[in-house]
Amino acid sequence: MSPTVAVVLALALGTYAFRLTGPVLHGRVTLPARVQGLLSAGAVVLLVALLATGALTEGGGFSGWARPVGVLVGVGLAWRRAPFVVVVLGAAGATAVLRGLGVG
Amino acid sequence: MRLPRRTPLRVPLRDRLRVSPDPALLRDVLLVCLASGVVGVSFGAIAVTGGLPVWVPVVMSLVVYAGSAQFSAVGVLLAGGGPVAAAATGLVLNTRTAAYSLAVAGDIGRHRLTRLLGAHLVTDETVAFTLAQSDPARRRAAFWTSGLALFAVWNTAVVVGALAGQALGDTSRYGLDAAFPAILAALVVPTLRKDAGVRRPAALGALLALAATPFLPTGVPVLIALLGLFLYEPGEPGDPSGPSAPSDSSDPCAPYNPYDPYDPEVTR
Repeated sequence: MSPTVAVVLALALGTYAFRLTGPVLHGRVTLPARVQGLLSAGAVVLLVALLATGALTEGGGFSGWARPVGVLVGVGLAWRRAPFVVVVLGAAGATAVLRGLGVG
Repeated sequence: MRLPRRTPLRVPLRDRLRVSPDPALLRDVLLVCLASGVVGVSFGAIAVTGGLPVWVPVVMSLVVYAGSAQFSAVGVLLAGGGPVAAAATGLVLNTRTAAYSLAVAGDIGRHRLTRLLGAHLVTDETVAFTLAQSDPARRRAAFWTSGLALFAVWNTAVVVGALAGQALGDTSRYGLDAAFPAILAALVVPTLRKDAGVRRPAALGALLALAATPFLPTGVPVLIALLGLFLYEPGEPGDPSGPSAPSDSSDPCAPYNPYDPYDPEVTR
């Protein structure tokens, strides 16, 4: 089994198991608010870490300036409530322009 | 992106429940479907332009069906991370679907098969739409209407994106490597704006992950970021009005978290 197939399978089975929790327990269990809050916060922490490492690093080293600057443009647009498409195209466009100007 | 014409089960469900989904719900579902379609196209395109075969994003969307977890797992894979790190990242992100499924357990249906199928449709969006309804029949109609529509749109969009991505060729020229972190920003920034309580844990987590990157295998530093949760303090109990549907269609990519009245949005 290729590693990619293993990732897809593990993710699919694990996620489905999480989703079955409710129907299987059917109302006999409720989560404490503290746990619910931690689950939500955990998702945000993970996504921000992915964002930061994805923007700044490449193969364990620095990614060069073009990408993080582009991502910063995207973050700024998202903070100003720009639509999804504008955020993504803004970031990609800024990075592409910087590369066109010779920035790594 | 057009909503597929066939939305199976809607008519029989409506007959069975004697409740027609109200127009406001259908309009909101349509808006969220459009947004979801755009995200789905990006997912398919990013996975394929990053070097994965077309079937990976397509099959993953069908069997995993969780936007942010799919992006994260594919992101870790494309960055050269191992399969364990990729799967672990996605699974940690999806732990919240266990909490969601507890919240809508009574609304999915009674038959065993209905519950087995319905469980797969539990996402941030369907749960938000379901809990926004007042009576059980409408909650059930909302769950299945939004669940089936979103499933159809998401998977169609991913196929379209994957095929389009295949046609793009060399992508660093277009700055597409910046698109992946930018998509994560679009998903998570609305939550950071609204909930100050998660900013410090997120900042510490990102710093820890960056500091660990030179020393640990790709994909693992992101999991270390979870240590940032030690700084997490729940917000003050706020708005008692309870859950409502995602009304802010300007950032539909960061759907509503039904659990946290003071943190009305969470990433999908």
